Amino acid sequence: MRHLLSTRDLSRDDAIALLDVAEDMAAVQEREVKKLPTLRGRTVVNLFFEDSTRTRISFEAAAKRLSADVINFSAKGSSVSKGESLKDTAQTLQAMGADGVVIRHPSSGAPFTLATSGWIDAGVVNAGDGTHEHPTQALLDAFTMRRRLHGAASRGRDLDGVRVVVVGDILHSRVARSNVWLLETLGAEVTLVAPPTLVPVDVSGWPAVIEYDLDRALAAGPDVVMMLRIQAERMQGAFFPNSREYARTWGLDDHRFAQLPETTMVMHPGPMNRGLEIAARAADSMQSTVREQVANGVSVRMAALYLLLSGERGETP
Amino acid sequence: MRTVLQQADLERALTRIAHEILEANRGADDLVLLGIPTRGVALAERLARIVSRIAGVDVPAGALDVTMYRDDLGRNPVRATHPTEVPGDGIDGRVVVLVDDVLYSGRTIRAALDALADLGRARAVRLAVLVDRGHREFPIRADYVGKNLPSSTRERINVHLAEVDGDDAVTIEGGDE
Repeated sequence: MRHLLSTRDLSRDDAIALLDVAEDMAAVQEREVKKLPTLRGRTVVNLFFEDSTRTRISFEAAAKRLSADVINFSAKGSSVSKGESLKDTAQTLQAMGADGVVIRHPSSGAPFTLATSGWIDAGVVNAGDGTHEHPTQALLDAFTMRRRLHGAASRGRDLDGVRVVVVGDILHSRVARSNVWLLETLGAEVTLVAPPTLVPVDVSGWPAVIEYDLDRALAAGPDVVMMLRIQAERMQGAFFPNSREYARTWGLDDHRFAQLPETTMVMHPGPMNRGLEIAARAADSMQSTVREQVANGVSVRMAALYLLLSGERGETP
Repeated sequence: MRTVLQQADLERALTRIAHEILEANRGADDLVLLGIPTRGVALAERLARIVSRIAGVDVPAGALDVTMYRDDLGRNPVRATHPTEVPGDGIDGRVVVLVDDVLYSGRTIRAALDALADLGRARAVRLAVLVDRGHREFPIRADYVGKNLPSSTRERINVHLAEVDGDDAVTIEGGDE
């Protein structure tokens, strides 16, 4: 693997290999000494053009636990706010000797441009681009599902036949997109539930069932319910009447949560809007994987950085 | 291709190593056998069974993956990692016997010593190998050796174990051309 830009072009074997390495990384996180010498002398740059504390510190922890040097570059207060182009920023990082670049950008496709432009030799990890993809989030979600379902026997397994319901703002969600492609590759069955205004115009090519009625989707007793965050910062239009109506119609409230089988996992990529898309009782229940998702995020990102940066350079993509 | 050890030879070599481990350790107290993936793990499990049978107490076996501690990661394509499984309550104060199939440059064992140090503080660390083929690049030697096999660097030593390959044999090939 040369770059990790999307889950759409990730093969089943590559995805499972990454999740298996993540299992070994997770085992390291349970030791007293949580650090590995693997990426000693390598430099990873966190290039964040969009605010994200959680994803950035997760990548930072992952890189540091592999002994890489980490440079955090956020657009605010940097030369980017003075009008520097992505190309000039990339060439600056190249001159500084970056081996890996973790990029988050408000424009869909920016990581792809960075990886294929020839501006930079570094391995590129997409940490979220516009409304396109957020591959490490989907990988940590898949990792979390696999661990809950198969425990210590997770290695080598896929998610064949696992029924996943993804609820919320599908239109703006790169988490949903990355999950749809990865879950399909791993054999899971995906149902997307959203208000019609928050479903993309053309989803005919998506390997997922579209449903507008949350109660009907939940009545089937899915294995996983994934609640997406209502992204206030992307809600410039009138997508639903008000937040109370959204919570009543598309939120995982106490009543809906109580109807779910006790084996159904409740997932959320965070940060949560408690009382809006997810009730506190669901978020804090034994069925909730929210905290596991955070811990697993570090293991999965360690695996991604290991696979991208540990081998000899110049491999074919 | 020439067969150097057959199944019976391999069994005898492991039985002798088991006796030597018990003799040097004056019994089975505090022993932990850790195999280095892939074939070292199977060998460690076999050795542990033999040692347990002779000593009459259970000697635990586990696995120690050294991939992320190797010094040649940047010179090769990415390597797959393997699980590390340390039995019971860890290695603190225990006598750890590292087990591998072939001892060659010694670089794997160097990596194993680093990996072990991150798991805890063993009272002592020993090394058991099925085949020692020479050509060391580090000041490392094995405490227990199944067979010394002086070889040319152009030759290839293949260790087959029933658990991994379906049969037990050690063969040597190449080197003539």
